[in-house]
Amino acid sequence: MQNEPSSVLNEFRQGSVDAFETLFRLHQRAVYGWILRIVRNSAAAEDVTVEAFWRIHRAHARFDAKRGFEGWARSIATHAALDWLKTRREESELPSDFPSPATADPAITAEIRRKTALAFERLAPKLRIAAVLAVVEEQPHKEVAEALGISVAAVKLRVFRALRLLRKDLASQGITP
Amino acid sequence: MNAHDHDRMKQLLQQALPRIEGEAEPHRDLWPAVLRRLDAETVAVPWFDWAMLASLVGLAAFFPASIPVLLYYL
Repeated sequence: MQNEPSSVLNEFRQGSVDAFETLFRLHQRAVYGWILRIVRNSAAAEDVTVEAFWRIHRAHARFDAKRGFEGWARSIATHAALDWLKTRREESELPSDFPSPATADPAITAEIRRKTALAFERLAPKLRIAAVLAVVEEQPHKEVAEALGISVAAVKLRVFRALRLLRKDLASQGITP
Repeated sequence: MNAHDHDRMKQLLQQALPRIEGEAEPHRDLWPAVLRRLDAETVAVPWFDWAMLASLVGLAAFFPASIPVLLYYL
C-alpha cells in the first residue's frame, strides 16, 4: 500500500468524498488483493471490496490518522470478508479461481487435494481465515492478528485448531496425511 | 497432533489451496460501484427519534383527548 498525505486523511475523517476517492484509488488494489486471498474468487472479491470501502466510508469519523489508513482499511476488509465467508457457508459452494499448482507434490493426488479443499470449506470461517492467511498465504502472524483484531497467540491457536480439525475430517474419509 | 502431523497438514493445505502470487487487480473499476453503494445508504434515524415517535403514538392511543393539544403544539 502507498502513503497518503495527512491532509487527505484529515479531509477523509471529516467526510470528504473527494478525499475518500483519493484513498480508494491508492488502496483499492491492496485491499482487493487481501480480500482475494481470503475469499479466493475474483468476482466475490470485487463485491467484498465494494462492501469494505462502503464500511470504511461509514466509519470515517472513527478513523484515527495516527494509526494509519493501511492497517485500519485491512482490518475492515478482513471483517467484511469474514462476514462473506459466514453467509457463503449457508449457500452453495463457490469454486475457487485458483486451481492446484502444476508443481504439486506427486505423492499427494488430485483427489486428496480436492477432498482437502472441500474439508477446509467445512471449517468455521474464523478458523479458515486464520489458516488461509497464515498457512496458505504465509502472511506474518502479527499482520494476521492485527487484521483480525486478535492476539498473535490467538492466531496460532486458530491455525492449530484448523489443521487439527482438517486432519480429523480427512481421517474420517480414510485419508491419513 | 504432533509437530510432524502439523507440518504435514500445512503442506497438504498449501498443495490443496495454492498461494496467490503477485499483486492482484480487480477486473473493473470498482469506484462506480462504491458510489452506488454510498448513494443507496439509507439515512439512519437515531434511536431517540424512534422512542419519541413511539411515545407520541402511545399518548395519542391511550389519551385521544391529547391529540388536539399535540396538534396545537406542532
